[in-house]
Amino acid sequence: MQQTRSVEIGTGLFVLLGMSALFFLTTQTTGGDRFSADDTYEVEAYFENVGSLKARAPVAMSGVTIGRVTSVTFDAERLQAKVTFEIDSQYGTIPDDSDASILTSGLLGSQYIGLQAGGSEDSLEDGSEIFFVQDAIVLENLIGKFLVSSGGDE
Amino acid sequence: MKSAVRDIYNNVFEFVRTFGAFQLFFLRLIRHSPRMLMRRPGLVIKQIYNTGALSLVIIMVCGFFVGGVLGLQGFANLARFNAEDSVGAVVALALLKELGPVITALLFAGRAGTALSSEIGLMKATDQLSAMEMMAVNPVRRVLVPRFLGGVIAMPMLVAIFTCVGLFGAHVVSVDLLNVDVGAFWQQMQLSVDMDDVQEGIFKSIVFGIVASLMAVWEGYNAIPTAEGVGRATTRTVVITAIAVLIFDFMITAIML
Amino acid sequence: MHCLNGFLLFCIVSSESENLIEIRDLMYSRGARVIFKDLNLTIKRGEITALMGPSGTGKTTLLRLITRQLIPQQGFICINGVDISTLNQRELYELRQRFGMLFQNGALLTDLNVFENVAFPLREHTKLTNRLIRHVVLTKLHAVGLRGAADMMPAELSGGMARRVALARAMVMDPEILIYDEPFVGLDPISMGVIVRLVRRMNDALGITSIVVSHDVAEVSTVADRSYLISDGKVAASGSPDELHAANSELVRQFMHGMADGPVAFHFEAPNYAEQLLGRDSE
Repeated sequence: MQQTRSVEIGTGLFVLLGMSALFFLTTQTTGGDRFSADDTYEVEAYFENVGSLKARAPVAMSGVTIGRVTSVTFDAERLQAKVTFEIDSQYGTIPDDSDASILTSGLLGSQYIGLQAGGSEDSLEDGSEIFFVQDAIVLENLIGKFLVSSGGDE
Repeated sequence: MKSAVRDIYNNVFEFVRTFGAFQLFFLRLIRHSPRMLMRRPGLVIKQIYNTGALSLVIIMVCGFFVGGVLGLQGFANLARFNAEDSVGAVVALALLKELGPVITALLFAGRAGTALSSEIGLMKATDQLSAMEMMAVNPVRRVLVPRFLGGVIAMPMLVAIFTCVGLFGAHVVSVDLLNVDVGAFWQQMQLSVDMDDVQEGIFKSIVFGIVASLMAVWEGYNAIPTAEGVGRATTRTVVITAIAVLIFDFMITAIML
Repeated sequence: MHCLNGFLLFCIVSSESENLIEIRDLMYSRGARVIFKDLNLTIKRGEITALMGPSGTGKTTLLRLITRQLIPQQGFICINGVDISTLNQRELYELRQRFGMLFQNGALLTDLNVFENVAFPLREHTKLTNRLIRHVVLTKLHAVGLRGAADMMPAELSGGMARRVALARAMVMDPEILIYDEPFVGLDPISMGVIVRLVRRMNDALGITSIVVSHDVAEVSTVADRSYLISDGKVAASGSPDELHAANSELVRQFMHGMADGPVAFHFEAPNYAEQLLGRDSE
């Protein structure tokens, strides 16, 4: 009996330790500011170039995550990339002439959408489109431009 | 020439037969598992203790040093790009997705897998399994299923503990010894680690738990019931588990990408 | 098919008789090696039957056949009038609960102590309360004289004690048939005497049918009611120990009196000695 008791205690401690390790991993190593909201509205925007933007990438305003990208597809009619993203409904007063740019977190980090407030009286709502966009910066294009412009000086 | 063809044929035939027997064996274990869990949880608990709790020391020591060396290497190599702050992210991703599950599975094969297969092999060699059979007790259900379940349940816990201790080791090396900023360490980690990465690790640990326990139980049960046969079965357990774990790791990673 | 029907009928008829186990025309081979061929033997209810024979004749294999751990290629084994090859898993396990088997080395479960080893069949097959189990187990342990060793682990027991614990375990479900596989091997004279006495006492006191597989002629002669001498896959001789001692077949004489050479040759089959030494087999 004594032996089974110590086995049970050992197993209990082991499982508790394992569970708390799992809990630690799921809560502490993953991003704390991960976006999760039940009530959202969807907005879309068309870009010439989305770089490496992927679904689930964050949508941030003034550096605070307020939503996330739901899909990145190619629109064959407009020949542009269509990005849809959802925004937490509690931020319902974003002007509809705000502009969306694809930015990079850090020098080589992942890409996200940054919103910059405009001055319109009307707000974005479900299904509206953002017209003012800025494409992702592609390193090769940047270098190309730099070379061309520096060549033009001579 | 003819006999060579015949040999190949026999070998292929034998391989297919063994493979089929292995599948059926797995199904038998699965079939008995729910009832064993419901009716005799005590037996399973004892095996969780044997495979899990008794492997804790080796898992924690190894986890600490693996995390530590990742911290060192990560720091040294990231320093070339002036990106030492990312060491937390690199270590966490490596541990969560790859090294945690894989190294734990390999250690598990060495510590718990060998113990399982030699225990079962010895039970077979000393007629204990036949004795159960004669007492109208199904040894697959009474002996193999609890050991299999114990391993399957213990493995994800061991992986989680290994990973946590590994992070701690990396933290000690990079933050406490190499002066990486503690905030940067955790922030970079949290920025780059996704829930998906954690899930991948958990999924792998479950698969490896099944693979490692299954191999150990299978090899023990099919050991030639002599001292030499049990020794060989023990060796085979480690070798086959290692190969199977690495192959499965590659396949899962390829699918999940 | 006709033959089979006839045999089943025979089985049914004999179920009422005093023959508990009937083996007819048994053939069993492992790979190319034929172990039994046309083996016939009968085990009577309430008797101690000894199966003897030189080592390597497959005595243990025969036990495995009787308990259906192995299945014969031909022939029938009937227990209580039922052909055991027709049983499904559940019926087989029901049958086995009426068997008790003592393995050569005891085969105690190494991770359980003596008490739990003896209690094992009860815990697996019955829903008795702990108190009742304790009562039954201690009774059985007392019968083999090891009530005081209840808390010991199998590794701490001597060979003779392990075998006695195994006997208590074999008895715990009150079997009809007790099978002893080489119960006398490797025991000191005292333990041997204890086991011999236990075999006899269990059989007489509880009305059990016993089967003893052994090649210890002297011990078997003191306990067995009937002996079968098996050699070359057949029953070479049968009868009471006295009859076997008196038999004038050369093989029986060689075995019963332990002579080194005889029908079972001292030399394993080999080429001619002189020729081999002179190196003529080199081509």
